[in-house]
Formats: sequence, C-alpha cells, structure tokens
Amino acid sequence: MATTVFMEALSPTMEEGRLVKWHKREGDAVQVGETLAEVETDKAIMDLQARADGILRQVAVAEGQTVPVGKEIAVIVAPGEAVAAGRGTGEEGRVAPSPAATVPAASPVPHHSPPAAAAADATRVKASPLARRMAKESGVDLQLLTGSGPGGRVVRRDLETAAARPAATVSASAPVAPVPPPPSPIPVSRTGAPYEDVPLTQIRKTIAKRLATSLGPVPHFFLTTEVDMERAAEARDALNRQLGDRGKVSFNDIILKATALALTKHRACNAWFQEDHIRYWNEVHIGMAVAVEDGLITPVIRNADVKPLLEIGREAGDLADKARSRRLQPHEYTGSTFSVSNLGMFDIDQFTAVINPPEAGIIAVGSIVQKPVVVDATVLPRRRMRITMSCDHRVIDGATGAGFLKTLKEMLENPLAMLL
Amino acid sequence: MPTLTYRDALNQALREEMQRDPSVFLMGEEVGVYQGAYKVSRGLLEEFGPMRVVDTPIAELGFAGVGVGAAMAGLRPVIEFMTWNFAVLALDQIVNSAAKILYESGGQVPIPIVFRGPNGAALQLAAQHSQAWESWLAHIPGLKVVAPATPADAKGLLKAAIRDDNPVIVLEGEMLYNTKGDVPEGEHVVPIGKADVKRAGTDVTLICHSKTVVPALKAAEQLQEQGVSAEVVDLRSLRPMDEETLVASVVKTNRCVVAEEGWPHCGIGAQVVDIIQREAFDSLDAPVLRVTQADVPMPYNKQLERAAKPSPEKIVAAARRVCYLD
Repeated sequence: MATTVFMEALSPTMEEGRLVKWHKREGDAVQVGETLAEVETDKAIMDLQARADGILRQVAVAEGQTVPVGKEIAVIVAPGEAVAAGRGTGEEGRVAPSPAATVPAASPVPHHSPPAAAAADATRVKASPLARRMAKESGVDLQLLTGSGPGGRVVRRDLETAAARPAATVSASAPVAPVPPPPSPIPVSRTGAPYEDVPLTQIRKTIAKRLATSLGPVPHFFLTTEVDMERAAEARDALNRQLGDRGKVSFNDIILKATALALTKHRACNAWFQEDHIRYWNEVHIGMAVAVEDGLITPVIRNADVKPLLEIGREAGDLADKARSRRLQPHEYTGSTFSVSNLGMFDIDQFTAVINPPEAGIIAVGSIVQKPVVVDATVLPRRRMRITMSCDHRVIDGATGAGFLKTLKEMLENPLAMLL
Repeated sequence: MPTLTYRDALNQALREEMQRDPSVFLMGEEVGVYQGAYKVSRGLLEEFGPMRVVDTPIAELGFAGVGVGAAMAGLRPVIEFMTWNFAVLALDQIVNSAAKILYESGGQVPIPIVFRGPNGAALQLAAQHSQAWESWLAHIPGLKVVAPATPADAKGLLKAAIRDDNPVIVLEGEMLYNTKGDVPEGEHVVPIGKADVKRAGTDVTLICHSKTVVPALKAAEQLQEQGVSAEVVDLRSLRPMDEETLVASVVKTNRCVVAEEGWPHCGIGAQVVDIIQREAFDSLDAPVLRVTQADVPMPYNKQLERAAKPSPEKIVAAARRVCYLD
C-alpha cells in the first residue's frame, strides 16, 4: 500500500516549508524514522522522517521549493508496487495530516517522532463550520485569527472582524509557484534599480506576524532603571579566577540568573495573558533573544531560577549556537515565561523590547559603561547598566513592574542578595 | 377573517368535513352527549346524529380497533382520545394495525383514519397525565403526525388529516384550546409536511411546534430587545418533516435552537438536529442547542413543574449561547 509523504507541520506555527535538501532520492529504499529531507520551517531546519518502509517515488518538490503544510511531496511504495496514476502530481493534500492517517495500519506509530505529532495537533484551529467556509471563500488564514468562541473557537464574528482589516490575515500559503533559491539575507543591488523586492524568508514572516500581535494589541508600558554593576563585575572576576579553565561566567549569565530569581519573588510578572484568564507560572523559563542571520529567536532556559550560573552559561551558549545554525528543536524555543533581550554588546545604552506574547514582560539590557557617579558625596567612576522593562498592562501594573525591577536591581548591585 | 378559539377551529373543521363527506364520523369517550371533554365536538351530535358521533366505553384499545376496522371497510373515522396519555392503551391498534395494514396488504387496503386529542402537559396533572408523545408516534413509518399551534393551523391541518388516505395523528393541546386567532372560513386546508415561519429573523432560528411556539415567540420578543433577531419556525408537521424550510432558515441565520415539550433523549429535537447538521453543516456557526422538558417524570409540585418545562427564559438563554453572547 502506498503511503503519501506530506509536508508536515514541524513547528507549532509552521504553515509552509522550504525543502532544503533531499536525503533520499527517487527509487531509494527508506525505512520508518529515516530522514527523507531537511525542511526549513518558520523557525529552524528540521528533518522530515519517513512514516513507512518502502521505496521513495514521485518526488514532487524540488530542493529550494516552498510548499504549504499538507501538500503531497512524494509517495512511499512497497518494492515492485505500481504507483496509482495521478498521485503525487501536485494534487492538493490534506492540511495538517494526522500522522496516523499516513501510516499503514499494521505498522506501529513510530516512537521517535513525537514532536511532529504534537506539532500537528498544535496547528489545528478550532473553527465553526461556517467560519471555515467563510475563511476559505475570502482567503483568510484561520491560523492568524484569535477565536472568540468557547475554547478559542473561531466563529463568524471573528471573520467579520478580520474582514475589516484584510491585509493582516490574508493567507500567505496560497498555491506556491516554484520559488527561487533562498535569497541571501541582505542582497546588494548591482543592477542600478532604485529598489529590489526580496521575498520574506520563513523566519522573517514569523517575526512579522508575531511582533505585529504584540506591540499593536498588547498595551505596553516601559520602566527604566540604572544599575550599578561594580560589585557584579567584581563577583564575576572573582568567580572566573576561581573557575580557571573550568568555564567562564558572563554578565549575561548573571543577568539571566538574577532575572529568574527576581521573578520567583514577583510571580505577578511571571505570567501569561490568556484572553479570559492570567496564568501565573510557578516555574521560571527565561526566553533569551538571540540574533541570527536574518532574524531573531528566543531559545528558552528552563527553570533558570534553580540552575547554577555555570549551567546557565553553558546552556545559553549551546542554545545560541543552535539558534545561529538554525538547529533549534521546537521544545527549545517555546514555553518561556519571561524574556531577556541584551544588546549590551552592540554598545546600546538603553532600548525598549517588544513583548513576546503571551508573556507579560521582557527586559531590555543595555551596555555596561563607565560613568561619573556620586558615591558618599564623592564623584567616582562606576560601571553602570540600564535595564528597561516592557510590561503588558493587562497583567502588570506600574508598581508591580517597579517592584520586580527593584529586586532585580538589588540582586545585580549586591550579588549576595541572590542568596537571600 | 373571523377570530376563533383553537377548540372552535377544530370544531369547524370537523363540522365542515362531516358535511362534505358522509363517510367521515367521530368516535371517542364523551364526544356525543357531553360534547367532548374539551367541547371540541360541541353541537355535532345534534347536527349529525348518533350514527356519526359515537360515544364509546372507556376502552381505548377497543374503539381504536373499531376505528381501524371501519377505515378498512371504507369509512373515514376520526378517533378522539380524551388525552394522548390514555392513547398509550391503544398503541397496538395505532402502531400494529393502522400504520401497517397498507404495507401488509401490498397496498390494497388504505387506512384513512385520524387519531386526535390533547398532548403534553397542562397544569399540575402530574407524571402520568402530562406527557408529550410525539417522538413515540413520529418514530413509526406508516403514520403521519401533525401538531398545530394556532387556531388556523388546527383547522387546516385537521381538514388535511381527515382527507388524507393514511393514518394521521393530530396532536392538540389542553392549554391551546382556549387560545384565539384568525381562522379563514370554509376551504382552508394546510398541507401536511409544511413548516411555517411564524416570525422572520436573521440571527438565530428557533425551531418549535405545538405549545412551544408560544414560548418561542415570547423568547423572540425578549431577544429583539437584546438586539438579537430571532426567526421562529413552527414545524407543524413532525412526520413528514419540512427539511427545506428548516435548512433554509439555518442557512440564513447560522445558529439554531430547538424547543419541544418532550424529554430530551431521542426527542423530536434530536431529529431536527440530525437534519441541520447534515444539510446545513457549512452554515453552522455554533452547535445546535435544545430546550426540552427536564429528563424526569413531570413533577406535580407547581414550582417544580414550572422548572421542568421549556420556557421563554430557557429559550432566550440557549439562543444567547449559540450567538456567543454568554
């Protein structure tokens, strides 16, 4: 029995994928769980695995081509089995296929692909039949809508609201013509033309979509404080002397750790806004904004409040490396409860960061600079750093955010306070 | 157009049909000398005599069977049950004889009979005398079932039932007999199998029949005040059911509530929901909700009885839910 290979939803928000590289070729034997191809999702490059044993046939998507999730891209057949005419020739596949439907009944669902299965569920949009029909007729992408019905069901009025602002929600996953090879991130025009249109890469599309759901709908306000980093610097130097070649502690590690600890004392800031309720987290998972080629992503350091500094440093380094090589797995960049964005290394004094919904807050960390500061009636050179917190006013009020920031400042100005 | 009570509209239908066709006769408990327990047969004994207005003993199975025999012999009997609670005793004649003889005779013996009487709860008649039987009756192939809500429909559907060559169940209502409405004079026949839009609206369809038409119309008025435009569709005929009208309404409004006096499990509303989900699936913006009698024997206690019955408030609440307002 032939098994169709679909473009699968390999990240929770993936709507289309670019086939980066086929690992198997037409006529190759494949086994369940083997990597068929590498696919660029909106977040990372992921492996698309075989869900059946057999021979790969009717490869319908070329390397470099982008196709919507649910599109048939090949067929796996038994050795010697003929392929039904018309299969894999570009006919529309099912959207978000359930893995079970593509696995022959006799073979067990492979154990090594839970992320794909979970992702397929996560991308299912609950919508009334009418809303589905309206979305189809008007070309609106249901994934981009927030359902106002029970359990987030998208209903008629959500489509009517969306119709009032069509540009933001019209599907980008209409039939995709063969797409040229991936554009270089910053193309330099040598043609003399006044401008050049460059198609959005998957990650830029996601950034555009995610951030537009933040600064617009989320009522931001900003709190800035200046932190004296002298003692943090002394502590860091002392720790690094002691560690020798066993590792290095960076300012960023100290900031991540202090932020996580301060959040344990200010649960009101460690929260998600969830439309009809607020989820206050008892765990602290810090999202760490990492610049990558052509975008940014926030890998997550889980339970950062209870991890030793050295471990935070090691994890932060690993995650940043993975992010830059686009090898982050979905579980490594989802589920953060609060985020930190640090542009200190770019010599930025102070900036404001955009909240990463559903989180309620993010801190923007500037660079550490020497400044003349009055200490005990004497002007002294001190290393100072500015932190600006962006707060979702639906969750955090001014005094609440200020309280958290005060604790964070105390911990950074007196690192021993982290032991309290 | 004259204004008549529901009971007088039925009386008019009986009189006109008995005048028109000498094979039509009325039989049941107290229909003659007493002129009907609810006075539906007032004046008929005097006008048509004891051969055509026949008082029976208290023996539902017996006189229902006599009626089926008379229909087999070529007459057009109208059998009155004092209420449908008592007609349970006659179900064997209704289900096994009236509904099946045409089929079992290979189409040779039609049974043009009408079984009629009040159905459902009145006020404080307790568990055994407050029952709505329509889902039992509409379940049976070989029967037609109508449940008029207004005097005009009562006249028109009873006339259609008497003229039909199949057994037809006419479900009336004790609480409806005194209600008044305009009734066309003379030849007013309402075709069996046609629903009626009692009030037009755009936001939600309230499907009802018989006594629930009244609370549905009240609910529609309350909803109007809340800015919701409700369409009230009266099924009128429960078998056959007018799928076309139901579906057309839901396709327009995208939301639907079904109200009935019966119990929820396997009720008339369940059949309506089946039609809607199948024929109007892509038009639905919310699951269809039902308002029914509570799933218990009808309490005698006045407050509990009120709590158990469908009401305008319950219909309003359901309509708001399918409109995602609550």
